[in-house]
Amino acid sequence: MCKRTKEDVCVTKTFRHRTRKRKKAIADIISTVEFNHTGELLATGDKGGRVVIFQREQESKNQPHRRGEYNVYSTFQSHEPEFDYLKSLEIEEKINKIRWLPQQNAAYFLLSTNDKTVKLWKVSERDKRPEGYNLKDEDGRLRDPSTITTLRVPVLRPMDLMVEATPRRVFANAHTYHINSISVNSDYETYMSADDLRINLWNFEIINQSFNIVDIKPANMEELTEVITAAEFHPHHCNTFVYSSSKGTIRLCDMRASALCDKHSKFFEEPEDPSNRSFFSEIISSISDVKFSHSGRYIMTRDYLTVKVWDLNMENRPIETYQVHDYLRSKLCSLYENDCIFDKFECVWNGSDSVIMTGSYNNFFRMFDRNTKRDVTLEASRENSKPRAILKPRKVCVGGKRRKDEISVDSLDFSKKILHTAWHPSENIIAVAATNNLYIFQDKVN
Amino acid sequence: MFVRGLKRKCVDGEEDVEGTLAGFKAIPSYNLQRQSLLDMSLVKLQLCHMLVEPNLYRSVLIANTVRQIQEEMTQDGTWQMISAQSTGPSSLDRLVSTDILCRSSKEQPEEKLIQGYSSFSKDFEDAQLQGSAEILRPAPVQAPRDFQNNVWEMECPAENRGSFHKSLDQIFETLETKTPDSVEDLFSEVDSSYYNLDTVLTGMMGSSKMGHCDVLETFPQASTSSNSSCKSDLNELDHFVEILVES
Repeated sequence: MCKRTKEDVCVTKTFRHRTRKRKKAIADIISTVEFNHTGELLATGDKGGRVVIFQREQESKNQPHRRGEYNVYSTFQSHEPEFDYLKSLEIEEKINKIRWLPQQNAAYFLLSTNDKTVKLWKVSERDKRPEGYNLKDEDGRLRDPSTITTLRVPVLRPMDLMVEATPRRVFANAHTYHINSISVNSDYETYMSADDLRINLWNFEIINQSFNIVDIKPANMEELTEVITAAEFHPHHCNTFVYSSSKGTIRLCDMRASALCDKHSKFFEEPEDPSNRSFFSEIISSISDVKFSHSGRYIMTRDYLTVKVWDLNMENRPIETYQVHDYLRSKLCSLYENDCIFDKFECVWNGSDSVIMTGSYNNFFRMFDRNTKRDVTLEASRENSKPRAILKPRKVCVGGKRRKDEISVDSLDFSKKILHTAWHPSENIIAVAATNNLYIFQDKVN
Repeated sequence: MFVRGLKRKCVDGEEDVEGTLAGFKAIPSYNLQRQSLLDMSLVKLQLCHMLVEPNLYRSVLIANTVRQIQEEMTQDGTWQMISAQSTGPSSLDRLVSTDILCRSSKEQPEEKLIQGYSSFSKDFEDAQLQGSAEILRPAPVQAPRDFQNNVWEMECPAENRGSFHKSLDQIFETLETKTPDSVEDLFSEVDSSYYNLDTVLTGMMGSSKMGHCDVLETFPQASTSSNSSCKSDLNELDHFVEILVES
């Protein structure tokens, strides 16, 4: 199955976030992608503060090739631009992260966050409406009770399906710095939100209170040399979470040990290779994303050039290291100059934890099979993304002569970057965000 | 910047890059490149300063890079040379950013380095957080932490910072006197001189300092494309209504 995924990935669907005005183009850039726990829904957030939810179609017998395509289910404005009058500062509406809650009734719930505020949204369907009230008039105003002489029981009549998104909770004013991660706990009652220097723990029912569980802010900001880059709860143990830092380290904390988890229980760090040392060593070792495997046994981290898999039981080095785009090692200075070196690439596991995926430049994304150690580079582009087209593996030429089908390092487009991807929780369906385009690929349908 | 295919020794005192070396003739090219990287970082930091709330992740990493370069320069004595140079007359032919480095400033305010980007002070944030969501911090644990910090500060008075720190303060001071416009000008002028930095600085500090010369020849024109393409333009976007679904 995995092998097939890597060799035959075909395009299922291409979506574009679009708005009317040209200057709005920036607002359409997709900033996060996330499947829900069943894979039935896929949510994207963009720089304009919008959330778009896609739903997988039911399989139909007359159109077998349309198996499980995703269509737009609901679109809503999650965050609006705000102004912080105290700091005289605009707060962007950009959606930094979306996390689904496990489904517990007919409605769906998701958390979305921008730099400062987390919101809990309920997404529910309505296909019936009550009719026959006589307590209110057509405009919804209550009638004078003295004019009502009979009691009528309203009846539910079918109507066109309507999907509503309603904000249920707004968790604001708890973060001074920019929120980079949110993670739902496996107890389903709490979640955490992490910013550059602190991590807070929330209960879903309580909006005006949160517990600060990690605080790395030095008393004197001059001494600041490290920031939190990502954080996530363990998928099964509700007391355990990890967070990564800009110094390339990962800390695992146990909330049972103390209320403020400033003492980690495990510390994952790989010793630096002295032969590769440069002024950029620290920047490229900074971890941009950390993800627990579904099993909870491993954690995956992404730094600028590699993706690593760590065993929770071994802290001194990763068990696997995969090169994402090692050919950029000779370009680090330009990438520093143009700020690309600060790009925060994310990484994802497939459903069985056997394949990992992460993004690169030039609309390339990479998949690594942990068992066979084979890897593939694929491209998400409009040119070769006709429906059901099979993706051709791409190669970047490293040194020596460039072959016909290879692309040279110098011609890579660094403005086309794939930072956000998602993998269906149980099937080989992936979603890849490339600027304002969302691509959905799946392994080839026979 | 470098002539293609020209064999050069690693330490080349004669090298004069378009007259930019002025008073630095004795410094090998590695030092020049390192200097350029430092300048670039300082300009970046300065741009961070101008934002009320800069990207902390980025500015911390840049500040650490500056520290690292400083440390190395202090070790090999280059930093002192620059400090000495600062009294001399500034030449227009010099690297623009070196110009910044060489200006002397009258006052040397302490703690300029990081304060700029951490301009949101504690009072500020506390004020903001009050009356909104209450963040519960476990007090018994927090208190000893703060106490420790204070003790540490008392034990490490300001003079413990390296002497280079003061010079850097000067730099920031001079940078801050510039208007935003002029800093942007600096940025654009400096641009072209960085093109070969990759080859020299990447993997440079490794075991053998000779190694990079070979690398230099393998990549004579590193990174000519990345600069232009990275300024993201989104002109491929067409503009229609809402989300368009294609099947």
